[in-house]
Amino acid sequence: MPEFTLDDVRRILRASGGVDEQTDLDGEHFADTAFADLGYDSLALLELVNRIEREYGIQIPDGDLAHTQTPGEALAYVRARLTEARV
Amino acid sequence: MSASGIRPGRRGRSVVTGLGVVAPTGIGAARHWESVLSGKSGLGRITRFDPTGYPVRVAGEVPGFHAREQVPGRLVPQTDRFTHFALAAAQDALADAAADPATLPEYEMAVVTASSSGGTEFGQHEMENLYQKGSSWVGAYQSIAWFYAATTGQVSIRHGMRGPCGVICGEQAGGLDALGQSRRLLDTGSRLVLSGGTDASLCPYGLVAQLSTGRLSTEDDPARAYLPFDAAASGFVPGEGGAMLVVESAEAAHARGVPAYGELLGYAAGFDPTADATPKLPATDTAAGPATAHDGTRLPVADGTAAQPPAPNRPTARRSVLVSVIRRALADAGLAPGEVDMVFADASGTPADDLAEARALTEVFGPGGVPVTAPKTLTGRLYAGGAALDVATALLALSAGVVPHTAGLGRPAPGCEIDLVLDRPRQTDPRTALVLARGHGGFTSALVVGAGDRDALRR
Amino acid sequence: MTSGPRRAVITGVGAVAPGGIGRDAYWDLLTAGRTATRRISLFDPAGFRSQVAAECDFDPLAAGLTPQEIRRMDRAGQFAVVAAREAVADSGIDLPGADPERVGVSIGSAVGCTMGLEEEYAVLSDGGRDWLVDHSYGVPHLYGYMVPSTLAVEVARQAGAEGPVALISTGCTSGLDAIGHGVQLIEEGSADIVLAGATDAPLSPITSACFDAIKATTAHNDDPEHASRPFDGRRDGFVLGEGSAVMVIEELESARRRGATVYAEILGFAGRSNAFHMTGLKPDGREMAEAVRVALDRARLDPDGIDYINAHGSGTKQNDRHETAAFKRSLGQRAHEVPVSSIKSMIGHSLGAIGSLEIAACALALRHQVVPPTANLSTPDPECDLDYVPVTAREHRMDRVLSVGSGFGGFQTAMVLGRPALAHGEAA
Repeated sequence: MPEFTLDDVRRILRASGGVDEQTDLDGEHFADTAFADLGYDSLALLELVNRIEREYGIQIPDGDLAHTQTPGEALAYVRARLTEARV
Repeated sequence: MSASGIRPGRRGRSVVTGLGVVAPTGIGAARHWESVLSGKSGLGRITRFDPTGYPVRVAGEVPGFHAREQVPGRLVPQTDRFTHFALAAAQDALADAAADPATLPEYEMAVVTASSSGGTEFGQHEMENLYQKGSSWVGAYQSIAWFYAATTGQVSIRHGMRGPCGVICGEQAGGLDALGQSRRLLDTGSRLVLSGGTDASLCPYGLVAQLSTGRLSTEDDPARAYLPFDAAASGFVPGEGGAMLVVESAEAAHARGVPAYGELLGYAAGFDPTADATPKLPATDTAAGPATAHDGTRLPVADGTAAQPPAPNRPTARRSVLVSVIRRALADAGLAPGEVDMVFADASGTPADDLAEARALTEVFGPGGVPVTAPKTLTGRLYAGGAALDVATALLALSAGVVPHTAGLGRPAPGCEIDLVLDRPRQTDPRTALVLARGHGGFTSALVVGAGDRDALRR
Repeated sequence: MTSGPRRAVITGVGAVAPGGIGRDAYWDLLTAGRTATRRISLFDPAGFRSQVAAECDFDPLAAGLTPQEIRRMDRAGQFAVVAAREAVADSGIDLPGADPERVGVSIGSAVGCTMGLEEEYAVLSDGGRDWLVDHSYGVPHLYGYMVPSTLAVEVARQAGAEGPVALISTGCTSGLDAIGHGVQLIEEGSADIVLAGATDAPLSPITSACFDAIKATTAHNDDPEHASRPFDGRRDGFVLGEGSAVMVIEELESARRRGATVYAEILGFAGRSNAFHMTGLKPDGREMAEAVRVALDRARLDPDGIDYINAHGSGTKQNDRHETAAFKRSLGQRAHEVPVSSIKSMIGHSLGAIGSLEIAACALALRHQVVPPTANLSTPDPECDLDYVPVTAREHRMDRVLSVGSGFGGFQTAMVLGRPALAHGEAA
């Protein structure tokens, strides 16, 4: 089972939602910056969910990840799901 | 006021204050205009995919367009190339018009674009995901990138335009219809409309679909592939790109203190039920081998047998819808035929259509009665973007006081009694232009533009 | 000669709808409160998140199409032509006797000939294997599937139209916008007769997959008949539908001269965009409210002049809240007094086509003085607190009705229809 890190969140966001010139995904506050402030909308988060589901083979119930506000929260959520999937 | 908001009294004046161009002739109106004057063609062998196996291998691609440089980063993966083009062209047009949407009333600005086949390449990728990997591999952006309204929606969001936005599909006539609609909006409460169209259907499925019309040229030499009104005409070359125009009420432009390239003087649209029902090109393609399907049906590449809805039974010596549309557009503009200084022809490159267009022009203007030109030989036909680009070119020509030439033609086709402007531009200071466009299935539109007070291009 | 502005009236209605092919069958379904939603049968929906749709039981031969028409036209085109023929017959108009230049066409469609386009893609790409699709497998009318304008071409040829012909594609407001465009053609004098309406046949894997990906469609797969739940507390997304309605719209005076029976007059029409998000809606309903305000202004009505609202009511969480707010914002107290209903509860959401089916329903509601209900509305939602006419149709005196639409891309459209005897702003 692959690990899931903040870099994975960054990588998938870049691929799925693109990057704005003004947005710094490599900044030190990335994990705690709201998705909205990073320029990612509801569709970008849906696409993030779809890609995580496909890549990591987990099911994320509707709306669960949409309720996370930041990359850090999303990371914690996905890690918890991956741990569940292992047991 | 009527149900659709039309106020009693005369129609207001609609002027064009900004141009944004993304075309095979270059990115930006200035570069495009330089190419037109110098007859620099943007046609070449297709590079966006390997066209070797297809009977059509030449197209007009936009050179040096890098979405990451032209379009906000987050929008790049969310939208198709046709929307990339429009986002870039819309931004250029607004800058050219010195218009800052943030300073204008949100409900009095609108976006109206023409769309021909939507996000064709994006759609092909997502269908590939669906059929190769499964439904969960179709991305979230397919729902907003593929459909025909994608461009209008994205442009309206980007510039905060909350007025009556729209999308008109009339295939290759759509660009004129979108500009005609912009005039309607200016008459019903809008003050600024971003209008025009772009297209980017040069992906394998897009090209293959176009093959089925039997109207594309199978000529491999880019200089010989698209020769409208020429004895060697062999169909047309597809292209990508288009133009966005800032159309404003004359009062709004005056209030902002900006000059105009010109004015939209008149517009008319009609439908030709005989279109595509007449025999077209003779079979010319041998290079790619016979396009015979394995089940025995034959794809009608350039043989004119593309299945079309049958035309209603009418007398054969019927009046020309194109003539009627031209006359209605002139009447709408309040111009007599003698007051038209140049015509930007539809110039399909299909002999029968070219002849029909030449005859219509002769019927309205008399033999050789008006200079006729088709700079689109430099770009190919851009579908939803083509007519919008023609209007942009016509406005640039009015601003420069020049009738641009049709580059690359040799011997006129027999029966085309028109004064085709060949070899070099004519410095005749035209004040009015008629732009014609015909779309697949019978769409027939005409737009009349007049000169404005923006003359920076004059030499 | 007439004095005053030209006015546009509906004189013929044709419909191809889930649960009812033809105008009468369609109205029966609506007034019975029957739902036409079911497990998808047009393709195998196994593996899709949403497996429910409102399908038309459409037999093109029985509907009068010839074998060549059936081969040439995508399902959406077939719907439109059948609906157009019914509308023309219903209006009693002598189209062959009309000046073809004065006949126009305005057809809406959100996704055009997607079904044909996808079926052909699957073959030409050999099941998605080849990016360089094989042109030798293409059908002769493939390009007709690629461009949605084909749908307007087919209707124009049916009508013998040589006037302005347009295909309007503003996502899920295409139907309302196409009818509005037709009205404008008549009012400005570009045409005297316009066949206006919309068509969509989106029930194919690619469309289902794209709505799955954004979780816009319902996951109520275990109970298809009750899956479309506009304004209900248990709603979880819309149910895809398909169909077409086409109407004959005529200039009022010429309709009167030929003794036409008029269903309704189009009194006001306006569109606004939210310039906010391609799919998202702000809860305040601000831009839809502005569209309603302008449509009422053009109809010279105040909110009390509206007797029924045919809602967009798609059954997504955000839409029904957005729309309820928009009605309150634009109509004030009147929003709480008039019946509001969503026929998408019965026939699903056929994207661009639905606006035309809703205007057809409004025309029929005005004629019969009956409000179609919102089916499946049994669980209150505190955020949706208007009179949504739950479950059962209602006899109701109506002189003027409002219909609204909302679509991807941010489009918001409002249209006001009135009974034929009433002019702009005249007392009921």
